[in-house]
Amino acid sequence: MLGMLLARRRWNALWRDALLVSSKDLRIEFRSRVTTTQVAPYAVLVLVLFGFAFDQDQNLLTKAAAGLFWVAVLLSSLLAVQRSYAIEATDGARDSLRLSGLDPAGIFLGKTLAVVAELLILEVLLGFGVVVLFGIQLHDPALLVVTCLAASVGLAAAGILYGMIAAGLRVRETLLPLLILPVVAPVLLGATQAWMAALGTAGGGTDGWRWLSLLVSFTVIYIAAGSLAFSILVEES
Amino acid sequence: MNPKADTQPADAAGGGVSVSPVSPGVGGAYEPEVSPTVPPAPAWPGGTSDRVTRILGVSTLVTAALTAWLGLVVTPPDKVQGQLVRLIYVHPAVATMCYAGFGLCALASLAYLWPRTRSRRWDRLAAASGEVGVVFCVLTLVTGSIWGRPTWGVWWTWDPRLTITALLCAVFIGYLALRRTGGDPDALAKRSAIVAVVCVLLVPVDHEATTWWASLHQTSTLFRANPLIHGEQLYTMLLSFVAFGLGFAWLVLHRYRVEVLEDRYSEEGFDAAISERRAEGGVLTAANRASDGVAL
Amino acid sequence: MEPVIRFRSAVAFAGRFPVLAGVDLDVAPGDVMLLRGANGAGKTSILRAAAGLLRVVSGEARVLGSDLAVDQRAVRRKVGLLGHASGLYDDLSVSDNLKFALRSSGVSPTRASYALDTLGLVGRLEATPVRSLSAGQRRRVALAVLLARDPDLWLLDEPHAGLDADHRDLLDGLVKSAASRGKTVVIASHEADRAEPLAGHIATVAGGVVVEVAPGPARRDAGDAASTAEVERVVA
Repeated sequence: MLGMLLARRRWNALWRDALLVSSKDLRIEFRSRVTTTQVAPYAVLVLVLFGFAFDQDQNLLTKAAAGLFWVAVLLSSLLAVQRSYAIEATDGARDSLRLSGLDPAGIFLGKTLAVVAELLILEVLLGFGVVVLFGIQLHDPALLVVTCLAASVGLAAAGILYGMIAAGLRVRETLLPLLILPVVAPVLLGATQAWMAALGTAGGGTDGWRWLSLLVSFTVIYIAAGSLAFSILVEES
Repeated sequence: MNPKADTQPADAAGGGVSVSPVSPGVGGAYEPEVSPTVPPAPAWPGGTSDRVTRILGVSTLVTAALTAWLGLVVTPPDKVQGQLVRLIYVHPAVATMCYAGFGLCALASLAYLWPRTRSRRWDRLAAASGEVGVVFCVLTLVTGSIWGRPTWGVWWTWDPRLTITALLCAVFIGYLALRRTGGDPDALAKRSAIVAVVCVLLVPVDHEATTWWASLHQTSTLFRANPLIHGEQLYTMLLSFVAFGLGFAWLVLHRYRVEVLEDRYSEEGFDAAISERRAEGGVLTAANRASDGVAL
Repeated sequence: MEPVIRFRSAVAFAGRFPVLAGVDLDVAPGDVMLLRGANGAGKTSILRAAAGLLRVVSGEARVLGSDLAVDQRAVRRKVGLLGHASGLYDDLSVSDNLKFALRSSGVSPTRASYALDTLGLVGRLEATPVRSLSAGQRRRVALAVLLARDPDLWLLDEPHAGLDADHRDLLDGLVKSAASRGKTVVIASHEADRAEPLAGHIATVAGGVVVEVAPGPARRDAGDAASTAEVERVVA
């Protein structure tokens, strides 16, 4: 009984810390507008470049739209994660975060939530982009939206975990993509297949919801691993 | 002030502040465990080899030579695959050693992260087996590709096993890059251990993803027809596992010992650095005292 | 009484460089300890180790009853560090920074207005993003965070740097007031004329060790009413 009460307390404190950190990160983003003025244009630019690379072949672009969309999201998520750590690196903010005694798992969840929010906004924008640029039609909006949610949480959780691992290293900018890109390959595969099913561009036999279950298991693994790993990573000096 | 005094009685009037000055040039309370002038005797004089590694190395060479002889000369070519079948004496064993390396790396990392079993040993083992695993992983991809060219007609195919091996290879190359970043060895060990454990946790997800994906494109029907092996072929293949297994152990052991030597080297460096740091204080203190005239 | 800080042969590294090479130091509750010494002597590292930010790899390090070798996190909420870096977010306003710092250390944000008032950060300054503040103003914001948190152990690294004369006086008052309320203060400074009058004890740091500890001018005896009254005046 007492144990349950304590666990509940810790749980509440964890989410309180997470919301505190995510609202702080989002407030900084809102003030500095780096995501809207730099990351979003970058993501749309990537889509336009795909149009150049595919030589205006509308059939090919429509067929590849799901994959191109998720490659663009993946590349932007790298920037979002780097930005998320850049704001902690200024003027000893990382030390003050450690000194504050916030629950490390709360810091992890909070930073992840903030990146998820940014990614979802980017995905809406990129969604318009693929509809306009690549001429696709939406068949199953529910699957599209749920896929975006699951994939964004997975990408953000993995990114924030590896971002923390690379944080403070001299080579973090080059190391981070090397660490993140191979491990998020299943997210790219799963989200692309689910989207192809939802856009009706997949060949027969692709079950989008089955791919979604794969995305969910990836996400669960990273949320659990990140929450545990952060207490180790925040404490190392 | 008595320069030999290590401690002085507590200053009772001053709110219980006890004073324990460390006199310049007199050692003080900190005594390096290993004196910088007397390095500890290395366990393996003249490098990282001793009797165990020599026996391992010689038996690796002998079994490898025997495998080569059996595989290239004694065993017959396959009815379907012809001479190509001889890769079966290399590729499966190499791939197994690659997975053994990554598995060992993850287990050692887990043992390092577990507070009760935390020890530098596990970190060294993880570093050694991860690195050897990457070597075998590259060999796996190369031999798989060589096998694939005549069988499938292409150097690369998105076969699930090949894809997942390539992904693991990329992940562990990232792991090795992280290991090279230096800094505080304990912090680095923790970071690396987390990377190794998490990416092995992901193997089932990767496996599912690549398998479903491949099944959509029917590459699995292209999958190589496994030749029937029997008799001397079977023995030769088993011998190849022994040869590569011994080679794996040999490399890991050497690599582990290199880590031990590096640790020892930096520990010696630490003790010397501490002595130097304290000496630097001694000089400055004398100067300060002369200029400020502070008396205790 | 158990000392608030107790270091015995404490060794700590920054990378491969031993910043602390066997520090012995005791700081009693309610004391104001001044750490003095040349640049790179190890003053900042002592403060960081006491805050649980720099790991002590050998020797003993206890702060506020917690063994830092076992748990560095235990002391964090009871310790306040005013460092070279302000620990503020450039894009947030002064009051947002203060509120985040207080909420994250579990202190009620209602204390924010008192701290802002005391440090003269009211009106236009309150809503200004920290990036457009001067170095001295940033320092005052960091000081406001410390004052609002009012931790048991104050660790001040060159606190006078960048402050104007009025705010230096204010800082001195805050330090005295904290000590009179039973808080422990450790100041690292090489501005001897400024910091020494505050000090109950003066520790000389050199080469990563504490070379000697001497009593300082502000050594407090029981019932030091005069200084408390003076403090109240300065703070008000």
